Amino acid sequence: MIDLKEIFETQHMIDRENLDIRTITMGISLRDCADPDPKRATQKIYDKITRCAERLVPVGEDIEREMGIPIVNKRISVTPMALVADASETEDYVPFALAMDRAAKECGVNFIGGFSALVQKGFTRGDTRLIRSIPEALAVTDYVCSSINVASTRAGINMDAVRLMGEIIKATAARTADRDGLGCAKLVVFCNAVEDNPFMAGAFHGVGEAECVINVGVSGPGVVCHALKDVKGQPIDVVAETVKRTAFKVTRMGQLIAREASTRLGVPFGIVDLSLAPTPAQGDSVARILEEMGLERCGTHGTTAALALLNDAVKKGGVMASSQVGGLSGAFIPVSEDEGMIAAAQAGTLTIDKLEAMTCVCSVGLDMIAVPGDTPAETIAAIIADEAAIGMINNKTTAVRIIPAPGKVVGDMVEMGGLLGTAPVMAVHGESSAEFIQRGGRIPAPLNALRN
Amino acid sequence: MHAIVTVIGQDRVGIIAGICVALAGINVNVLDISQTILGGMFTMVMLVDIKEASVPFGEISSVLDAEGERLGVTIRIQREDIFNAMHRI
Repeated sequence: MIDLKEIFETQHMIDRENLDIRTITMGISLRDCADPDPKRATQKIYDKITRCAERLVPVGEDIEREMGIPIVNKRISVTPMALVADASETEDYVPFALAMDRAAKECGVNFIGGFSALVQKGFTRGDTRLIRSIPEALAVTDYVCSSINVASTRAGINMDAVRLMGEIIKATAARTADRDGLGCAKLVVFCNAVEDNPFMAGAFHGVGEAECVINVGVSGPGVVCHALKDVKGQPIDVVAETVKRTAFKVTRMGQLIAREASTRLGVPFGIVDLSLAPTPAQGDSVARILEEMGLERCGTHGTTAALALLNDAVKKGGVMASSQVGGLSGAFIPVSEDEGMIAAAQAGTLTIDKLEAMTCVCSVGLDMIAVPGDTPAETIAAIIADEAAIGMINNKTTAVRIIPAPGKVVGDMVEMGGLLGTAPVMAVHGESSAEFIQRGGRIPAPLNALRN
Repeated sequence: MHAIVTVIGQDRVGIIAGICVALAGINVNVLDISQTILGGMFTMVMLVDIKEASVPFGEISSVLDAEGERLGVTIRIQREDIFNAMHRI
């Protein structure tokens, strides 16, 4: 029998250190739902999602009860909607988002991702229509998340898409101005987007995926932080080993839950995502882990190095614990969703420039960052271009989820609610990037794309 | 299927008896018991077999909650798999 110490260690992690399974995400292919008649297409979409995910929430709750570990979110990701809706004879893609939203509510999940388009090299008619529909779609739905891939290492950066997304983010903020631009919290712009990401807002069910899969995202910043308290003052390689060992234990939970959910739902197990995902709760912060390593405040000199160590050790520990690893797999640094990041940003230690440096060594990118409401669309586009360049050159996923909160200025707070948290409005550079962005065109694929 | 029952609370007469009777009532077999006093608190871990239980898992948990309330202790039941997954390779 397992000994007492081990049993209480597990229970302590769950009760006191916020160990949980962050999400079980069911990926559903909607490729068979395309139809020239948009009404029929949306009906097929609703029917397929509700059929596949009918048991997702009750099964998740059963597992939660039996294992005694919280499964915080049950979610759905679908085929990038631009691919499905392209066949329909309509300019307006908002009804497709509404169908997703209705299906999500019927299934009882709290987010559905995949109002998405992949435009790293160019736009189809459907891609353009979908992107143009985003501001309205995110305003009239509650649970729909949208993501647009504008760049990849193989294709380079579609600067027309980058420019357009700057405008769309501004329009989305304006359309949800009554909620501080909340729509933007459900919109991600990617470089090298992954096809099996279980985390929102960037989840979609990639075209290379099976009909239906279960992907699981684990969590555990609190557990890692607590483990590091025991090695205070010891050399940094001891820190790396401790993170690795802890990540292994956390990921084993994810693997167990993923297998169990897959068996009970009769749906293949896809991947476990090893990401260290924070929440706004006390004791569930990635920033506090970096501070536990010896930094007075997250964002000061040494932060990038500490984050690189953390990100790498999480992967090394996690990869041994799961048979299939995928998704984003790294540490997340969403400012509004991390109590330590919020504090560091408010103190002025954590700036957008430092965050950009940090995104070079972790997943994913500039995430859940509020900027002044009068930030020009071209500046937002330029921020996206910078992140996409980091991803493109370094063969990694990068993303931008930024909220130009209407009417807000530096120092104000933007309340997103729930898991989305609270974002302090951060300063951006006042100097213009407009001429650069207005050129449009494509940044060619880098030399390291030519690997064959 | 095995599960782990953990009991923590102030020591008093009849904790083990009460829990065993409650489990027997729903046909849950006790396989092993380990009990100690940790920091003045009564601490017990039981390995039980729930394969032949007469009620579903959720109800076993409710029965134990009720018994815990009566005895003034906290009782929790979790499948053994979660501990094996974390601590055994």
